[in-house]
Amino acid sequence: MEFVLALAIGIMTGSGVWLILRPRTYQVIIGLSLMSYAVNLFIFGVGGVKSNAAPLLGEGVDIAALADPVPQSLVLTAIVIGFATTALFLVVLLAARGLTGTDHVDGREQPK
Amino acid sequence: MNGWMQHLIVAPILIPLVAGAFLLFFDERQRVLKAMVSVLSCLALAAVAITLLRFSGAEAGFQGVYLLGNWPAPFGIVLVVDRLSALMLVLASVLSIPALVFSLARWHAAGPHFHTLFQLLMMGLNGAFLTGDLFNLFVFFEVMLAASYGLLMHGSGSMRVKAGLHYIAVNLVAALCFLIGVSTIYGSVGTLNMADLALRIGELDPDRRMLLEAGASVLGVAFLIKAGMWPLNFWLPGAYSAATAPVAGVFAIMSKVGVYVILRLSLLVFGEGESAGHGLNVLLYGGMATILFGTIGVLASQALGRLASYSVLVSSGTLLAVLGLGNGEVTAGALFYLVSSTLTISAFFMLIELVERGQDAGASVLAVTMEAYGDADEEEPETEVGVTMPATIAVLGTCFAAIGILLSGLPPLSGFVAKFVMLSGMIGAGVQSGGTIPAPVWWIVALMILSGLAALISMTRAGIRTFWASMEGTVPRVLVMEMAPVLVLLALTLMLAVKAGPAMAYMEETVRALQHPAGYIEAVSGARRAGEAAATTTAGEGD
Repeated sequence: MEFVLALAIGIMTGSGVWLILRPRTYQVIIGLSLMSYAVNLFIFGVGGVKSNAAPLLGEGVDIAALADPVPQSLVLTAIVIGFATTALFLVVLLAARGLTGTDHVDGREQPK
Repeated sequence: MNGWMQHLIVAPILIPLVAGAFLLFFDERQRVLKAMVSVLSCLALAAVAITLLRFSGAEAGFQGVYLLGNWPAPFGIVLVVDRLSALMLVLASVLSIPALVFSLARWHAAGPHFHTLFQLLMMGLNGAFLTGDLFNLFVFFEVMLAASYGLLMHGSGSMRVKAGLHYIAVNLVAALCFLIGVSTIYGSVGTLNMADLALRIGELDPDRRMLLEAGASVLGVAFLIKAGMWPLNFWLPGAYSAATAPVAGVFAIMSKVGVYVILRLSLLVFGEGESAGHGLNVLLYGGMATILFGTIGVLASQALGRLASYSVLVSSGTLLAVLGLGNGEVTAGALFYLVSSTLTISAFFMLIELVERGQDAGASVLAVTMEAYGDADEEEPETEVGVTMPATIAVLGTCFAAIGILLSGLPPLSGFVAKFVMLSGMIGAGVQSGGTIPAPVWWIVALMILSGLAALISMTRAGIRTFWASMEGTVPRVLVMEMAPVLVLLALTLMLAVKAGPAMAYMEETVRALQHPAGYIEAVSGARRAGEAAATTTAGEGD
C-alpha cells in the first residue's frame, strides 16, 4: 500500500515536472494538474496510510485504529483551491492563445 | 482590550471581504458607488489597523488572540495581533489608499471588477499577516494570489496576459511547495498551529526533527519565491512592470509578505533550541545574490517600469540578507527599511505611469516593444474629469528626485535612516564583540552601498533622459487626484525620517518580542474561549 502510494506520487510528480518545463501552455497546465494530484496524495499520506479506518471518534474506539482526520480535511481544501486556480490558469491560457495567436508560453514561436 | 474591541482583530479580514462581495451586486456602470465603497472600506481598514497598532504598542508583551469559531487554541484556527502583524496591517492599509485613489482617475475603469479584486487582495494580505495557523496561512496566500492574478491582468493587453501566464504558473508551483512543506511539518510534529509548533519542537526526536527541518525548508522555498530571492525571482520584473500602475503600487507589499512570514516563522520556530538558526545561511547568501542580481538589473534597465521592478528585488535581497545575519539590532533596522522601501517603491510605480504619459512611444527602446505588443491600447484618451495638476513637470521632477534619494539611501529621507541603522548595527555588533567583523558582514555592507550607488546612477540617467533631454517637450496631463497619492506616500517617508526615533523604538520592541517567543506562545495557548470563566489568566486576552 505504502509502496503503491509512493510510486504513484513519484510518477505523477516526475511527469508533472517534465511537463511544466515544456514550451506549450497545454503541457504546462497538464503538468500542474499532475503535480497537484501528487501533492494531494502526499498530504493524504502524511497522516499515515491506513485502510478501512474511519476518521471519526466514537465511544470506546481505540485512537490508534483511527485515521488522522486533519490531512483529510487539508486535502479537501487543497483540492478545492487547486481546482479553482487551475480553472483560472486555463482561462488565462486561452486568453493568451487568443491574443498572441500561439500556444507557446512566451507568446511567440522560437526562431527555427 | 475587551468586549467588542476584541472583535477588531477579525475586522481587517471581514471588512474587505464584505465590501468586495457587496460590490459584486452592482454592474460596472455604477463606478462612483463602487469607488466610494472601496475607498470607505480601505479607510476603515486603516482605522482598524492603526487602532490595533496602538493597542499592541501600548504595553510590552501585548498579545491579541482571536479564536475563530471559539475553538480552543491548538485545535481551532487563531488570529494573532502582535507588534509585527499590527505593523504590517498598517503598512498594507496605508499603502492601499493612495493606490486606490490613483486608480480612480482612470485605471479602475480599464476592466471589470477592479474594486472587488482589490478588496479581496487586501483580505488575503491582512489574513496572511494575522493568522497563527500554517494551513490557514496557505488559504490566505491563495486568496491574495488569486486576487493578484486578476489585478495583474487588469486592463488586459497581450503583454499583461503573457506576464500573467508566467506569474500564475510560477505561483501555482510555489503553492504546491507550500502544501508539501505544510504537510511534512504536520506529519513530523502533528500540529499546524505556529505557537504549538514552537512549543513542541523542543521535544522532537532527531528523526522527526530532520523531517521538520526538511518540511520547513520546502515551505521556505515557497516564501522565497514570493519574496523574490535569486534564483527564484525571474518572474518578478516581468510581472511587476506589466501591471498597471496602481496595481504595481500595491504589489510592492506582496513581495514583503514572503519576508514577513520568513521573519515570523524563523524567529518563532527556529529561534532557540537545537534547530536554532536553521536556514539562516540560505537567507544570507541568497539575499546577497539577490542584491547583486537586482543591482545589475537596475543598471541595465532602460524602461522605468523594469527599473522599479529590479528595485523591488534589491529591497527584498537587502531584507533577506540582513535577516540572515540573525542580529536583533540589525533586524529592527530591517523592519524600518521594509516600511520605507515599500512606501518608496509603491510611489515609484505610480509616478512612472505619470512620467511616461508625457513621453513619445519611441522615447525608449522598450517603449517600442511595448507598442508592438499592444500596450498602447489602454492609452485611449478617455473623458477625464478632474483638476489638472499645475506646474506638472516641476512636481513630477521633484518626486522623481525624492524617489531617487530614497532608493539610493541618501539623506534626508527615510531611506538613509534605514540603511544607516542597518549598517551601524552590523558594524557596531562586530566592534563591540571584540573588533573582528566577519567576512559576510563586509560583503553585505559593500553590496548595500553598491546597490545604492547603482540606484543613484540609473535614477540620474533616467531623470536626465526624461526631464531634461526630452525631445518633444510635451507636458503630460496629470490630475491632482493622481499626483496626490504619490505626494502622500513621499510625505510619509519624510515623516518616517523625522519621527525615526519613535519608529525605531517600536521596531526594536517588535524584534525583542520576536526574539522571545515565549510571550507569543503563552498568549496563544492560554487564550480563553468566549464565555469561559476568567479563572486561569495568563498573558492571553481571549475574552
